[in-house]
Amino acid sequence: MRNRASTVAAYAFLSLFFVAFLYPFLWMIASSLKPDLEIVSMGLTSSNYTLGNYLLVFSRAPVVRAFLNSLIVASAVTVSVVLFGAMVGYALAKVKWKGSVYLTAFLLFTMMLPFQLTLIPTYTLIVKLGLTDNLLGLILPNMLTAVAVIMFRQFFQSIPDTILEAARVDGCSEVKLVFKIVMPLAKPAVVTVAIITFLTSWNDVLWPIMVIRERDLMTLPQLVTTFVLGGEAESHLGAKLASATLLAVPIVVFYSFFQRSIVQSFASSGVKG
Amino acid sequence: MLRARSHGWLLSSPYLVYAAVFVVFPLAFSLYLVFHRWDGMAAPVFVGLGNLARLVQDPLFYRSILNTLEFLVIHIPLQIVFALLFAVALNSITWLRGFFRAVYFMPVVVSGVVVTILWQQLYSYDNGVLNTILTHLGLGRVPWVTSPALAMPSIALMATWKNVGLYTVMFLVGLQDIPAEMHEAARIDGATAVKRFLRITVPLLRPTMTLVVVLSTINGFSLFVEPYVMTGGGPLNSTLSTVLYIYNQGFYFGHLGYGAALGFVFALIILVVVLIQRKALESA
Repeated sequence: MRNRASTVAAYAFLSLFFVAFLYPFLWMIASSLKPDLEIVSMGLTSSNYTLGNYLLVFSRAPVVRAFLNSLIVASAVTVSVVLFGAMVGYALAKVKWKGSVYLTAFLLFTMMLPFQLTLIPTYTLIVKLGLTDNLLGLILPNMLTAVAVIMFRQFFQSIPDTILEAARVDGCSEVKLVFKIVMPLAKPAVVTVAIITFLTSWNDVLWPIMVIRERDLMTLPQLVTTFVLGGEAESHLGAKLASATLLAVPIVVFYSFFQRSIVQSFASSGVKG
Repeated sequence: MLRARSHGWLLSSPYLVYAAVFVVFPLAFSLYLVFHRWDGMAAPVFVGLGNLARLVQDPLFYRSILNTLEFLVIHIPLQIVFALLFAVALNSITWLRGFFRAVYFMPVVVSGVVVTILWQQLYSYDNGVLNTILTHLGLGRVPWVTSPALAMPSIALMATWKNVGLYTVMFLVGLQDIPAEMHEAARIDGATAVKRFLRITVPLLRPTMTLVVVLSTINGFSLFVEPYVMTGGGPLNSTLSTVLYIYNQGFYFGHLGYGAALGFVFALIILVVVLIQRKALESA
């Protein structure tokens, strides 16, 4: 009896917070489709649904351009972190050489360094390289992360050496070995690193607002931020919520397809990192 | 194992190049900037300990540190309590578990910008959803983000809503590692559910707990987007986080030397806090 009561209590508790997590998003979407005067209401329905807010956002901000910029930056960063991260992780896990101990120690040391330490120096570096207002200024500083290398290293260590030896006997080069044999065996690690890198890059705001000022080069989160703060939305609540919805939609769609892998990647990343 | 020094260096070369440009150089340059005044255009001027002397007397720096600590002190306990409750509840059910977990986790992947714009409306004094609920219940309106005393707690509450799903799934992983027989044995011995939770679940979750505390501390010290979008650091600097202050000094006002000095000292503070936490949690 007590067991059934506690199960009912768990469902009631979880349902309550289910509403608390989902309703704000539904309210945002519904309100973005309402005239400003109706947004004060808590309800989701309206007899005056309109696309006016979205038309306003699209007419004043290069949303499609920003979406493509975000896609270019996040994809380039992800491909780079996965490919180079795997190469370096392999060198640390499966190649016996003197430097590997030192390099691993160095990587673990850099993982401890808070990004706040190098934020301003890296920004001045980008300025000196002439990479402000250039998507490369967003891509280059994020092309590798110590966390990704360490995660690949840990995963590769569990791959038996005999598989690699067999390939080497067949005359496979080391680089080819990484991409043709090791990475396919390490799919979970590749997926985890790719998902976390992509989402981190996609959602970053601080770095883009420092490096990019030209509107046509802004990333989507940055564009929405400047749209809402910079006065283009004026006091149109609906337009603000419409821009926020436009920013949320691509990630929510992505999330709905890969929800299981995304949650698992985040759940495991902390443990391994 | 392949014995080849050249292969090791060759395969590591992407990181060596990357680290030289984007790790070692910025680190060295940060040390250089700490001792110089620089606006990014004219030649840097050596000021010795000038930046640090200024920092020690900068009330806004202290304010930003205190604000960030206030955020952490509210956010972390709130997050741990709710993440634990959610994880225990999710662990006790099977039907719909994945569905609930997916919805709880959704704010984690959505941009902080979206969450902040959304909560700005929920927190709105005159017609925000939260105050509408309160007035319907016959209670007064709350100045969520317009009062200097409440603005930071309100941001901490919002951040909890956004991040709690991440720590919930981490605790869930930890809970699933606890053998069911342990609970069963304790139950047969007559231990109540509360007692089992406190004597079995909590101690065995210690590694996850350490991880959650350290991760959420590091995340909390990075607080930027939420106050930047929600309040701009106001009212009366009550939500000025340290990263927001570094951004303002280094980027907005162009005080690159001073901004680097702020980042340097702040990084030291973060390292010390995290090390103390680790020590305390691991020996407790």
